[in-house]
Order: sequence, then C-alpha cells, then structure tokens
Amino acid sequence: MIYEQILDYLYTIGAILVMLMIFFSMIRALAGPTAPDRVVAINIITTYTLIIITLIARIYEQVYFLDIAMVYALMGFITTIGVAKYLEKGALD
Amino acid sequence: MLNIILYIASIISFIIGLFFLAVATIGLLRLPDIYNRLHATTKCDTLGAGLVLLSLALQSELAVAIRLALLIIFIVITNPTAAHVIARAAYRTGITPLIGRSESDG
Repeated sequence: MIYEQILDYLYTIGAILVMLMIFFSMIRALAGPTAPDRVVAINIITTYTLIIITLIARIYEQVYFLDIAMVYALMGFITTIGVAKYLEKGALD
Repeated sequence: MLNIILYIASIISFIIGLFFLAVATIGLLRLPDIYNRLHATTKCDTLGAGLVLLSLALQSELAVAIRLALLIIFIVITNPTAAHVIARAAYRTGITPLIGRSESDG
C-alpha cells in the first residue's frame, strides 16, 4: 500500500530531523548564559529523545520500546524537577 | 476507505507535529531571555510531541494505541509542571524578567 510506504519514509526522515533538533538544542545547553537555560534545554532534549524512541519502535516494529519510552519520560521529569529544586534551594531536601 | 482516511490524517498530524517541534527549537535558540525560552518551548514542545504520538497511534492496533495515549497524557501533565518549576527556580534565584531593560543588557 502506497500510504504505508510514504509513512515509513516520513518516519525515518522525521527521526533524522528530530536528531538535528537535538543537536541545535545542545548548542543552547552548552552556551546558555544561566543555569535554568541549560535545564530548559535538557528538558526539551528529553522530550525529543522520547519521540525518537517511539519512532524507532514504529520503524523496527518493536512494541517493547514504548515501555522504555515511558520509563525515559518518568526519569526525565524527575531529573528536571530535581535539578530545578537544587537550583532553587541549594540542597535536595 | 477508513484505512486511507486514517493514513492521511496520520501523515498530516506528523507533519504539523514536526513543524511545532522545529518552532520550539528555533524559539529555544533565538529568544533573548529564560522566560521567553520557556514560553516558546513548553507549549510548542507539548503540542508537537502530542501530535507526533497521535500520528503514531492513529494507525496502530489497540494495545499500542493505549500505550501511546498514556504517553500523551503523561507528557501533557508533566511538561507544564516542569516548566513551572524551572520558572520558579529562575525567579527565586534572582533572574529578573526582560521588562523595562533592553535586549543588549543580557
């Protein structure tokens, strides 16, 4: 079916584009003038990585990658909350 | 017939989602302040990720679609929360918003 083939190509190209977006977000994470800038960049890179994992799960037809994506989303959220709390209070208590 | 409609909706949703992800990256790179960057990235990133995952969910079977829907709900809950916590941390550590000072002040 032609639409399925179009979607296959589109998902591969989209995964490569999201990889480029991760690269450009990494520039902000390296060059950000303040610490919260870096936290924002890391947060957005987490979301992009989650999208790449789900796209790879679709491309290689492995359903179990979606569970990895869920765990990755949880860990990214906890990382962001933890680093932001540390910036705010100076300690993690 | 229904299959074709689902495939076309999936393609359109994926392209719109990629557009919003690109807008989020451009906003992260180009905007002058931490609060402006949060404003750009949070909304565009949440919407773009939701649309991309919706595009994947539209043409998969039920068990996969339920997992993708759980991921969408999780992203929609946690992304604004993280942005709120980052903005509060930035404000309480003394970064003033970009009101009343020019962009060249940093």
